[in-house]
Amino acid sequence: MLDGLTAETLARLQFAFTVSFHIIFPAFSIGLASYLAVLNALWLKTRDETYLNLFNYWKKIFAVAFGMGVVSGIVMSYQFGTNWSVFSDKAGPIVGPLMAYEVLSAFFLEAGFLGIMLFGRERVGEGLHMFATAMVAVGTLMSATWILAVNSWMQTPQGYALAENGQFVPEDWLAIIFNPSFPYRLVHMVLAAYLTVAFVVAAVSALHLLRDRTDKESRKAFSMAMWMALLVTPIQIVAGDMHGINTLEHQPVKVAAMEGHFDSHGDNQPLALFGIPNEQEGRLDYAIEVPYLGSLILTHTLHEQIAGLNEFPKDEWPPVAIVFFSFRIMVAIGFAMLGLGLWGAWARWRGKLYDAPWLHRAAVLMGPAGFIAVLAGWITTEVGRQPYTVYGLLRTADSLAPVDAPAVAASLMAFVVVYFFIFGAGTFYILRMMNKRPATPRLGLRDGPIRTAGITPAPQVEPDFIPGE
Amino acid sequence: MLFDLAFIWAGLIAFAVLVYVILDGFDLGIGILFPFGRSEKERDLMMNSVAPVWDGNETWLILGGGGLFAVFPLAYAVVMPALYMPIILMLLALIFRGVSFEYRWRTRRWKGVWDMAFFGGSFVAAFCQGIALGALVQGIEVEGRAYAGGWFDWLTPFSVLTGFAVAVGYALLGATWLVLKTEGELHIRMRRFAWYLGAATLGLIGLVSLITPFLEPVYFERWFNLPGSLWSMVVPLLMLGLAWSFFTGLNDGKDLQPFLSALGFFIVSFIGIGISFYPMMVPPSLTIWEAAAPDASLAFALVGAVILVPIILAYTAYAYWVFRGKLDPSEGYH
Repeated sequence: MLDGLTAETLARLQFAFTVSFHIIFPAFSIGLASYLAVLNALWLKTRDETYLNLFNYWKKIFAVAFGMGVVSGIVMSYQFGTNWSVFSDKAGPIVGPLMAYEVLSAFFLEAGFLGIMLFGRERVGEGLHMFATAMVAVGTLMSATWILAVNSWMQTPQGYALAENGQFVPEDWLAIIFNPSFPYRLVHMVLAAYLTVAFVVAAVSALHLLRDRTDKESRKAFSMAMWMALLVTPIQIVAGDMHGINTLEHQPVKVAAMEGHFDSHGDNQPLALFGIPNEQEGRLDYAIEVPYLGSLILTHTLHEQIAGLNEFPKDEWPPVAIVFFSFRIMVAIGFAMLGLGLWGAWARWRGKLYDAPWLHRAAVLMGPAGFIAVLAGWITTEVGRQPYTVYGLLRTADSLAPVDAPAVAASLMAFVVVYFFIFGAGTFYILRMMNKRPATPRLGLRDGPIRTAGITPAPQVEPDFIPGE
Repeated sequence: MLFDLAFIWAGLIAFAVLVYVILDGFDLGIGILFPFGRSEKERDLMMNSVAPVWDGNETWLILGGGGLFAVFPLAYAVVMPALYMPIILMLLALIFRGVSFEYRWRTRRWKGVWDMAFFGGSFVAAFCQGIALGALVQGIEVEGRAYAGGWFDWLTPFSVLTGFAVAVGYALLGATWLVLKTEGELHIRMRRFAWYLGAATLGLIGLVSLITPFLEPVYFERWFNLPGSLWSMVVPLLMLGLAWSFFTGLNDGKDLQPFLSALGFFIVSFIGIGISFYPMMVPPSLTIWEAAAPDASLAFALVGAVILVPIILAYTAYAYWVFRGKLDPSEGYH
């Protein structure tokens, strides 16, 4: 089935596949680690058991998701070498040290304190346990910071020189790290992770509220999630808008593809709500457009010229249709999130937050929205920066390792089979845990690999019970 | 200049790989010994003995790979395509064994499946690491700035031998770790296992050491060229001392001594490999200095390593301290 594809296409497919699977888990664990730190802090402050129950509930879901993130992440750190070794050799002197910082400052922090956060509350005491929980959250944020610095440098490179042997050589590390697109991308991604988790928490709590609207933990969690949706979604939309303007400045071709702008429209750039990009003819078919809105959104003025795709050589274009549609999916989800946040606020104002079945059903439906938006957003930015790995400097086609197509095809098939099997099972276990109420004393078969003395009073050690089995 | 940035970094990467080998070595070893846990309860206990620390242990592998990418990008770009299959297989195997730590506790019906995944993943990962080591020792063909060999160059009788050697050695680490962490029947059985595994490991180390000097003339000279090789004699002598300490420790009923001696086997073997390799990064053609990134990269990354590695070691040690002592099966470990 993979016959006839070149090693390059297969390597692209493999990277797209493994990185798309991977990004789901960090997006979830960045948000969830912070949520856990907040829940534990609230438990210590108020001594309200609702928070402790919520902490213990989400902790177990976190453990499974984190495990999947670790193993899918290790694949990424080796795939640069196996499939993209020319990129590794050339960009290694700049990209490598930043990733080494990620490992040293973030991965070890997360992994080192995770054991204590999951299993150590009784062994180390509440104070140190809180510290460990906070360190896990800090670790996830540091990880995001470094890896987004790497990604942003590849999108908007600066602070480098080109050596004779073809390597990018660092000249100014501060310029490399704080490259033009980094702050926007970092804020946009961290907020996306927080929103993703807010909508997952909202969906799970809403599910339990639909079954029993008096469930204390679900009421508390739903209320927290709805505040997040209401307050963070508008901030995210503003951050996304600023990110877009930054992209227009540094990667105008990408923005033209996102907007489906083939022709420059002088000083009246319409906004295409929908259409089908026709790359051969260089136009947007079946376009539904709003006059002036394109200029307004991208330049915040009514009369400023924006370059269309046809002003750039075709070998500089990304695959337009993918970028065009994935961008629309992301934006549509963003506004749907805003809508749900407002709906929640309205229900709260009327005193019916926990008594609004249709709101709860909508929240359940929106549970996976964050993941889809994160994926669509990354597809937009990563496909949109093609045909380059280091933007404007190193083409993807020139980054490839000297690999044979059959080797890449075989490993791609293996990754597809293993990922669907492993992560399918993991998702199933997570959903099964989510299907139980947060106050359920024994959530999984057992509570996780290690429980120390005294956590589980003897009478509670009931025979293992798993719903659905 | 000897003590320049590239040399320091070669030492740091070697240190990270060594720490990975001895820490994840006993985790993987427990996976390899998993089928020898006689009851579900014993297997629970075996897995529990590493559950709080395996994650941190595996992070050293990311540092090994990521560090190589950061400071020796050329070596990384040559070695990864050369070891394409063993590396990909190892990654897939690590996925299976990594998730089974969590999945195993989330189902009853499929518990056996994740038991198998834990064993299979651990064994294949260990075997592939050994193959990668063997393939590196026998040399990697380089042309210009890229790997120039074929897709199965890594597969030789020698690399298969090193694959088994590493798997057996990891099983030894796992067995001695369980001697240290458990009591009762499992403890007694593992003490017996450790004896056989120790003998097998030493035999395999001996065999690999005998073959290695004949793979490359450079290795031969390093080991059999007087008077320089007198220093190299220290390595087999150290190994003999450790073997003595290992077997007497086992026979005298000591818990910690066999584990530390087994770690010693790995450390001394590692030093032996270092003596063969130096100054090569990728034998037989890339030296440490040829493979190194520019000084600006090395210096920047070194600042982070000097500050962060000691901190990492400190909190890793703390995590081990928190979960110290014998596992108590009645302690409410589920």
